[in-house]
Amino acid sequence: MLPFLATTGLAAPETFDFKDPKGVNAITFKLDAPLEAINGSAGGITGTVSFDPQNPGATTGKIVVASASLTVPNAMQTTHLRGSQWLDVEKNPEITFEAKELKNVKTAGDKTTAEVAGTFWLHGVSKDLTVPVELSYLPDKLGERLGGNQKGDLLVLRCDFAIKRSDFKINQGQMENKVSDTINLTVGIVGASAK
Amino acid sequence: MKSLLRILAAAVLLAAVGLWVARGANRGWTKTNIRHETPDPVTGLTGISYEKGFVPGIDFLGGAALAAGVMAGGSLLVKKKI
Repeated sequence: MLPFLATTGLAAPETFDFKDPKGVNAITFKLDAPLEAINGSAGGITGTVSFDPQNPGATTGKIVVASASLTVPNAMQTTHLRGSQWLDVEKNPEITFEAKELKNVKTAGDKTTAEVAGTFWLHGVSKDLTVPVELSYLPDKLGERLGGNQKGDLLVLRCDFAIKRSDFKINQGQMENKVSDTINLTVGIVGASAK
Repeated sequence: MKSLLRILAAAVLLAAVGLWVARGANRGWTKTNIRHETPDPVTGLTGISYEKGFVPGIDFLGGAALAAGVMAGGSLLVKKKI
């Protein structure tokens, strides 16, 4: 039955878990500043994405980032970043993006590019965003990646976009001469669907 | 006392500059977490991790210069032995 469904395009979508056992998943961020751009990353990533290789345009899902995992190379700056004046991670422990719809979907082989529309939650503020995304479907690569006999597929998501901290009331209107209002984000994450 | 403060000020400044140069003459902020990137060949992604380390930056030099300045300035307030 399943091979029949797969060949007729009726295979069920797979659910990919983005809690990476290898800890590779990361979202990097960059804010321009006079002396040196502030470059950091967040590694506490979880969430699931529903992806159908026969119908990538139907992809939906939610990615969650633990706010307390945001780190920059300077310990004092990391403390400030997580503190009440900036992200206030105790009150806002999660940053999330919930993908609701894919637009302008183009698929070539196992690679799909699209614009993903969804809701971005940061610092207690939600905002609807549409950002470019690239999805790479890697069938039967789970075992190769984890170095075991586990069978399953991988889904790699890549995405570059920018937000403004003022839109999310992060130290709004303050210190813009020292830390830019624009936050550039680069997402590179992989999810696994075990079989 | 006056001479001692001036020698200390010079020593602090020289030590700070020496450490700054020895650790790569970083012209940005002091780094206390060193970033490491690890490629993941199957996915083409790059994992990021941090380990404790110390790379002094411009702020470190500024702090050392300030401390040296305070010591050197303090030496001017010390009265000479008659």
